[in-house]
Amino acid sequence: MSAAAAASTLPTLQDALALGLTADEYELVCEKQDGPPNVLELAMYSLLWSEHCAYKHSKKLLRTLPTEGRYVVLGPGENAGAVDVGGGLACAFKVESHNHPSAVEPFQGAATGVGGILRDIFAIGARPIAVLDSLRFGEPAGESGTRTRYLLDGAVSGIGHYGNSIGVPTVGGEVYFEGPYEHNCLVNAMALGLAERARLVRSAAAGEGNVLVLFGASTGRDGIGGASVLASAELAVGDTSAGSDSDKRPTVQVGDPFEEKKLLECSLELLQRDLLVSLQDLGAAGLTSSAAEMASKGEVGIEIDVERVPLREADMEPFEVMVSESQERMLCVVEPGNVDAVLALCEKWEVGGAAIGSVTDSGRVRVVAGGVQVGDMPVRALVDDCPLYDLSPQKPAQPVYPAPAATLAAQATIEQTLLALLGCPNIASRRPLFEQYDAIVQSRTVRRPEQADAAVLALADGSALAVSIDCNGRRVAADPYRGTVETVLECAANLACVGAEPLGTTNNLNFGNPEKPHIAWQLAEAVRGLGDACRALAAPIVGGNVSLYNEGATGPIYPTPVIGMVGRLPDAHAAGNLGFAREGEEIALVGPFDPSADASELAKLRGEQLPDGLAEVDVAAVRGAHVAILEAVRAGAISSAHDIAEGGLAIALAECCLAGGIGARVALGEEFWQATARAAPRLRALSPAGERVTAALFGEGPGGFVVSGPSAALGELGERATVRRLGRVGGDALTIGGDDQLSLAISLQELALAHASLEELFS
Amino acid sequence: MRFGVLQFPGSCDEVDALRAAERVGEAELIWHGDRDLRGADAIVVPGGFSYGDYLRAGAIARFAPAMESVIEFAREGGPVLGICNGFQVLCEARLLPGALLVNANRRFTFRQLELEVVNASTSFTRACVEGERLSIPAKHAWGRYYADEQSLQMMHERGQVVLRYAAGQNFNGSLADIAGVCNEAGNVFGLMPHPEHAVDQLTGGSADGLKIFQSMRLAVDGAAV
Amino acid sequence: MRARVLIRPKQGILDPQGEAVQRALPALGFSGVANVRVGRLVELDIEEAEQLAPMCDKLLANPLVEDYEVQLLDGSG
Repeated sequence: MSAAAAASTLPTLQDALALGLTADEYELVCEKQDGPPNVLELAMYSLLWSEHCAYKHSKKLLRTLPTEGRYVVLGPGENAGAVDVGGGLACAFKVESHNHPSAVEPFQGAATGVGGILRDIFAIGARPIAVLDSLRFGEPAGESGTRTRYLLDGAVSGIGHYGNSIGVPTVGGEVYFEGPYEHNCLVNAMALGLAERARLVRSAAAGEGNVLVLFGASTGRDGIGGASVLASAELAVGDTSAGSDSDKRPTVQVGDPFEEKKLLECSLELLQRDLLVSLQDLGAAGLTSSAAEMASKGEVGIEIDVERVPLREADMEPFEVMVSESQERMLCVVEPGNVDAVLALCEKWEVGGAAIGSVTDSGRVRVVAGGVQVGDMPVRALVDDCPLYDLSPQKPAQPVYPAPAATLAAQATIEQTLLALLGCPNIASRRPLFEQYDAIVQSRTVRRPEQADAAVLALADGSALAVSIDCNGRRVAADPYRGTVETVLECAANLACVGAEPLGTTNNLNFGNPEKPHIAWQLAEAVRGLGDACRALAAPIVGGNVSLYNEGATGPIYPTPVIGMVGRLPDAHAAGNLGFAREGEEIALVGPFDPSADASELAKLRGEQLPDGLAEVDVAAVRGAHVAILEAVRAGAISSAHDIAEGGLAIALAECCLAGGIGARVALGEEFWQATARAAPRLRALSPAGERVTAALFGEGPGGFVVSGPSAALGELGERATVRRLGRVGGDALTIGGDDQLSLAISLQELALAHASLEELFS
Repeated sequence: MRFGVLQFPGSCDEVDALRAAERVGEAELIWHGDRDLRGADAIVVPGGFSYGDYLRAGAIARFAPAMESVIEFAREGGPVLGICNGFQVLCEARLLPGALLVNANRRFTFRQLELEVVNASTSFTRACVEGERLSIPAKHAWGRYYADEQSLQMMHERGQVVLRYAAGQNFNGSLADIAGVCNEAGNVFGLMPHPEHAVDQLTGGSADGLKIFQSMRLAVDGAAV
Repeated sequence: MRARVLIRPKQGILDPQGEAVQRALPALGFSGVANVRVGRLVELDIEEAEQLAPMCDKLLANPLVEDYEVQLLDGSG
């Protein structure tokens, strides 16, 4: 179709609806365009006004989040946020989702998710130094098992394929298996980068007459309509059948980490040589989004000639060129005198480069094909005028999620319970996953997965960064506000265990359809919790992403506000470990940990319905325990520190034994219960005694650490936080005693065998 | 003592190798398109995914202009170390016997491994003693060493099997647990594990890999004396 | 002319990908499957067919561990 023909057959309201706009939005587009838009204009509006690009159901909530703090260098709005890490350096970081593409094609979906988040990092001039991932799938056993394994295997291979090939270590991550994710898996990827603070680059286009250079891979039909069709609508009911998955496959982007590696080196060298005015990566909605964002931030206009865009396929329509989501591409603004130098550097790195347009003072995005205009839109209308919607949150009267199937007999012994928990999919060792990732390239990795609660990356000045990513969706589902507070606290607890203090936070809000009142309530409550917790920890939000409409045939996913937190410790050599280290050292439970079996992993194994609400969190007391722990770690006073999470105290003890390769002898005796009466009144009040012991061992809640070290050091720690002494490190078994009812001993070998249960998913 | 570390499009561990080499001597990167090795006393062909590992790992990189110079350098007796992808490149270039196939477990696998020094008299292991164990990480998808039976026999006889995986460590299915081999002349050495990632206890889990670089320094300085 | 090069692991060399496929097929209800080998396919337009063998020996295949088979296709492709 020629450009003239495209203009002569104008699309209709029906086309706009098919592209995901509402009738009112289409009317508003017509008003902004002084008449009905043509195909290219409608395509661009539909993408930029999609949930994915415009955040139209979440923006008002996001504005309530804390975004400023003493370490913040770049806040939300740029390609990635950044915090000051000392020595003139800034750490850029961000988490982003690639959920729907991964549900359709897990390998490419996850791979391009990693590729996309890495581009966000080097788009601001930072060299990517680490990747983490956060994954959610359905149960790996039973009916959903086959598909879960397919998705898990594909996503893990895809993440590894991209990160390993591009030379960025994958240093951490998390994965949960829960029924509500069966029809809508989550694949979130987080990346960190380092840059000289003074050399961070922004994406605002500037300078009338400056040239727009597109470089990287050529443009094909990949992912056309991806942003609006794939990312902004619920996956069709019953879409798990092979047929409908295959039908969607043509729009899935294919990643090429080799191309991105060249693009990364080329981009950083272009910036190093001061050849660029601004830089932006091409992500969802391709050129459409990048050009409009650059023009909007710079308050300028942009003109693009689609005939100058290097194509991979012949006969692409102008609108296809503008919305293509072909991967591994960047857009930059260059002064005319530097264009030749920029293109020469592209040639050196063997990436394609072409001048495709220019910066204007028109305040409009104008698209031409050869000499003919094929689209013309006000920048402000494209980027700022999409209507924002108020949510109508309402707490659901009925439980949203069915109770899980019970997998543990009600009369199971403590020993059976411990082994079942240690081997359950949400707690078992992640080794079969992280062994597929290169965790050490770039020689910065001080703590690898399962060595400590957070990954630790050494910096040149002897200090180190620590990073953690987390979210227990089941607890957020039980109580979106407190569950989210707990998630933020858990990230900070992980940092404390290696001796790091939080600098900043990123988040990926994965939720269902926000137009439904109960989902709106989950979202609003979670954002409120996120804001309150980040304010309390002085760990502001520097960037993030929202993924809505995550629903399958059987209902919404658990509300999953994935939190990524970056911290710093002054001495890399003092980074903490989670494993018990020395025979004879004392073990203690530190912090105001007051656990209950509600919404715990044990409750799930028992097939219990989620409770309506979680216990209140004393954030200040938990924060106090974090500070006490991180200072003891920094001082080298204690030998190990591990945050108590899924599976409670007993599982934390088992994990410390396994990580250290040494046993422990602990007792919940009279002394423990006396201390618990003061520190954890809720737990102490539980009856009968059997339930109390079960909750003490396997109950969950924030603010608990298992710590080992010399007795005197634990005494000193007791002056800063609640310390309940449990026993001593030693032997080749985990022994837990107390009273007549509690006496068990499980060998390290047995623990390891249970913990290795995920291996069979990859055999 | 001056190391030259090759850099291909898709190399990932070249800076790590450069930093490791700098612990025992001078070192600089050599761009794949350059034929000039700039007076290097020893060459390191680093790990990564040169040319995306497309077609076959190392198959395209071995034709790079810099590699032509490296082949000449090796023929004249210059020491050449190939790590991981570099090992694959050296096999593709026929500077080393055998080939590297997809791991028996079919997956990219990262693990800290125990290696045994089989031959401690080479230019790459003379800082070690025979039978010594080295803790060095490996990370690769195509690391299963293969050579036909006759070649294997000859390699064993001539001491070309330099490193092998300790019992229970051979996850990739390499024949005879071979982790590293040298050529007949002993001046070209390739291994799948990454000694450049085990030069500092802080980030490497051990510093055993440094012995490979120290050995090269001993060999070069010894030859110069 | 259009040419097709089929590259597969030599007989006797462990082919874990082939084995994985061979294990997977019966699980999907396909019986009587044996000797699965997974290889690569390279298609190209060339002017001189004689170039194909040296091309394979030098770059497209690794003769130490791989066999290759050249097919010349009709027409110009």
